[in-house]
Amino acid sequence: MSATAKTLTLHLGLLAVLFALQFVLPAYHHGNLARIMVLASYAVGYNILFGYTGLLSLGHALFFAAGMYGMGLTIQYAGFTPAPALIVGILAGAVVATALALLALRTTGVAFLIVTLMFAQAGYLTILYFGEYTRGDEGFVIQAFDRMLWGIDLSNPENRYFAAWGLFAVCLLLCLRLVRAPFGKTLVAIRENEERVRMLGYNTFAHKWGAMVISGTISAAAGAFYGLLFGYAGATFASVQYSIFPLLWVLLGGAGTVLGPFVGTLFMFYLIDLSSGVTTAYLLIVGVALVLLTLFAPQGLTGELRRRVWRWLP
Amino acid sequence: MTLLSTRGLSKHFDGLKAVTGVDFDLEEGEVRALIGPNGAGKTTLVGMICGRIPPSSGTVQFDNADITALPAHKRILRGMAYTFQITSVFARLPAAENVALAARRRLQGDAVDEAVDDALDRVGLLDRRDEEAGNLSYGHQRLLEIAMGLVQRPRLLILDEPTQGLADSEIDAFKALIRELSAEATILLIEHNMSVVMETADRVTVLNFGEVLAEGTPQQIHENDAVQAAYLGTG
Repeated sequence: MSATAKTLTLHLGLLAVLFALQFVLPAYHHGNLARIMVLASYAVGYNILFGYTGLLSLGHALFFAAGMYGMGLTIQYAGFTPAPALIVGILAGAVVATALALLALRTTGVAFLIVTLMFAQAGYLTILYFGEYTRGDEGFVIQAFDRMLWGIDLSNPENRYFAAWGLFAVCLLLCLRLVRAPFGKTLVAIRENEERVRMLGYNTFAHKWGAMVISGTISAAAGAFYGLLFGYAGATFASVQYSIFPLLWVLLGGAGTVLGPFVGTLFMFYLIDLSSGVTTAYLLIVGVALVLLTLFAPQGLTGELRRRVWRWLP
Repeated sequence: MTLLSTRGLSKHFDGLKAVTGVDFDLEEGEVRALIGPNGAGKTTLVGMICGRIPPSSGTVQFDNADITALPAHKRILRGMAYTFQITSVFARLPAAENVALAARRRLQGDAVDEAVDDALDRVGLLDRRDEEAGNLSYGHQRLLEIAMGLVQRPRLLILDEPTQGLADSEIDAFKALIRELSAEATILLIEHNMSVVMETADRVTVLNFGEVLAEGTPQQIHENDAVQAAYLGTG
């Protein structure tokens, strides 16, 4: 089997398994997996900038929140139905990413990290400042009757799972398509050696800009879906915590791999879930697991798999 | 026809005058060697020509257009190719992908693979196409750099100390490659190895303390007293 055939089999296979799981999983895990797929979509977006382009951002909560509030506020105050509200959310993320990229990409490395972090904090404070509309930390609930997408009730667990699966499938295949295209390969080359890429005749700024807009837009889509599917928008999702999460998921799962974000999100979610069932000091268990992974699988779970077994893994 | 010319090109780093008032003309089709003692300003001059370093003053003309204000990537698109002095391949990518990145600036689809294999074949690396560039020997990495340059089909190929660190046998192969390439591209070669300069260059420019000290055929330069003095000291 050629590398392309293996790649397609693996990724489509995963999507097929995830699709089938909804019919067999007990209610609790069914709900978890829906949540994981939406969060994994967020991580897929983050991975395009961090894993493939090599730009470490600590401001992605800004994009996630832009999607969530772009969707939530238009439903709440403009009376939008879910479909146009989702589009507004995704566009809001794209616009924010386009603007932030122009400013932040003037820097690299640690400075880039700090600039993105500062803008995300400014976004978080803005949401608190306009608490009259956003309800600040407390957030607001998006009522079940507002969550009817083309007559489908998204507050229903089966429909919610299906929508989460659809979002994840689109993000995963988009990412796969991107990294196999010349544009994605150029991003990888920029990660490896930007100056060399520039001296091959590429406008590296434009490439990084494109990567950041795609990354931010996918993150915003995840934020918009998260708010719509789980019926809530709150300022916590704009806090620095939600910028660190995708970084952790991607690092654990394998930065610069298409499957890494999903694997990392799944692993982290259930690590917290299972360990908190054992002890109240569950963060201790989580911490030890993270240290062990960093020691023995520094390239993340999928990254190790690629290094040891499946060299062809994209 | 003059392919490249600089007028009054200077670069000063604060007080340090790396390059001062260089007027440099390169004819289409020639192989020009740029030599000079360490610190003479060779890499700085070439850096200003290909856009890596902004000049303090002066102009650069390429193919009858003033390119002084153009960013590096646009100069490359106009037909320059630059290979780095310090080997700068993408170590974690396969050799073929290294060359493909260079080829995709002008080609698409299957034509890329063809051009990549052709370029790797010409430098003798075709059997290593799938190997990670970082695992190649130093000499092979230098050759990979050159393959990345020539796959761009440049009008002007700038090679910054391409033979540095190569074994004698590899240098002989390199000389043959330069002679072959000179039929298709103008070549500007920064070089320390005098046998390479004498055997491949049509003309030689000598830089010393950031200024052009002498220019002429390899034979003229060889016999030039000022050049002897700059390199060997007087005596």
